[in-house]
Amino acid sequence: MNETIRELLTRVGGLPVAVTELEDGADLYAAGLSSFASVQLMLGLEEAFDIEFPDNLLNRKSFASIAAIEQTVSHILKAREAA
Amino acid sequence: MSLPAFAADMALSARAHRVATVAAEFADPVDRDGRFPREAVDAMKAERLLGIQIPTGFGGEGASITEIAEVCSILGQACASSAMVFAMHQIKVSSLVVHGADSPWHMDFMRELAGRQLLVASATTEAGIGGNMRNSICAIEVDGDTCRLTKDATVISYGAHADAVMVTSRSNEGAAPTDQVMTVFRHGQYTLQKTVDWDTLGMRGTCSDGFLFQGEAPSAQIFPKPFAEIAAQSMLATSHLLWSAVWYGIAADAVLRAQAFVRAAARKAGGTQPPGALRLAEASNQLQLLKGNILSGLKHYEDAKLDSDRLSSMGFSIAMNNVKLASSEMILTIINQAMIICGIMGYKNGTPYSLGRHLRDAHSAQLMISNDRILGNTSTMLLVQKPDTSLVG
Repeated sequence: MNETIRELLTRVGGLPVAVTELEDGADLYAAGLSSFASVQLMLGLEEAFDIEFPDNLLNRKSFASIAAIEQTVSHILKAREAA
Repeated sequence: MSLPAFAADMALSARAHRVATVAAEFADPVDRDGRFPREAVDAMKAERLLGIQIPTGFGGEGASITEIAEVCSILGQACASSAMVFAMHQIKVSSLVVHGADSPWHMDFMRELAGRQLLVASATTEAGIGGNMRNSICAIEVDGDTCRLTKDATVISYGAHADAVMVTSRSNEGAAPTDQVMTVFRHGQYTLQKTVDWDTLGMRGTCSDGFLFQGEAPSAQIFPKPFAEIAAQSMLATSHLLWSAVWYGIAADAVLRAQAFVRAAARKAGGTQPPGALRLAEASNQLQLLKGNILSGLKHYEDAKLDSDRLSSMGFSIAMNNVKLASSEMILTIINQAMIICGIMGYKNGTPYSLGRHLRDAHSAQLMISNDRILGNTSTMLLVQKPDTSLVG
């Protein structure tokens, strides 16, 4: 999952720094992630993992770092399995 | 004075109305000469309105956003420039109240602001960022306990008249354009060299000249929170809501003038309905829609304000954007309607029904943060966020 997220970030993130240089916990907004790019990232994640982000997870915190995204996506996948 | 009479006299709305009386008296010269509404701002200080939002523990009154919006609307009915200066000041104070409460320097500054009624300006725009205040080119230089900043600020509203300026910048020389901080610089800690004149169609008294800002201050004056959070959690909502309240005031006064015109015509007409009467009914309908729009936005903010996740959610941003879009467009329709009702008496300056200043001031609304930019942001969010379809919740 970490790899998929990093690939998507490289493709749609438009960051001024190389994604490979970012730690999992690095603040993506501070690294230059714009709100437009974050939406592109969400759409990419929805497509890649065949999920849909519920409205209550559509906030800055859920996408603040690679680790946060992993957690958000895992949370949705787990909730789906449980259902 | 009896205690109940004293309480009524000290009610926020009574104090706001006293300031509005002063603001109305000087509204035309302020507009004509494009000068700072000094008399109105002095009256705000005398009535101690500049510190009302500061929590009581810091010497303020802990006024809610709804109470502040009411003051903006009362002032907006008298002089839009004065009202906008008040609104912009309160937007800066909201950042202090929401994000400065755990920083000793900012807490002291809140106490002093409330005590001495300091007027705070904002320097968020910069040459070269294309109007997007969430990007900075300039970077703050932190050198131990001291920070230094130079900014080519294309707009600092009432910058030359403020007691402090809150300035955005990149957080350090190597930071990305979106990695921003905001710093409070106090009068005496900066110089302003005027680069652009504010000679505009309306809102002429806000004196939003451009300046080359150069400041040096203790680093403790940098807000501890990133500007991205400040923008999302206090600035976005308070800006759209308080601006809308000012604009509501402009439109409300226009409708009041149109009503006075129709009423005078009705007296002379001796029983027949004057021609503008139906349009007045329509204008009052539109004004009520505008009021509903702003009140629902205020309620939305009051409900969300203690929950930082909700404040930074897309649904909340869309709701606030929609308040701004609707208010800024609707006031033009309403004032235009009032102008048609008052006819040549509304078009002329210096009559009791003059609406030229209202119409000119109102035209700023669609441009202060361009509606096209806001629509663009909302449309991006709607790619993932479902539209709000609830009626009550």
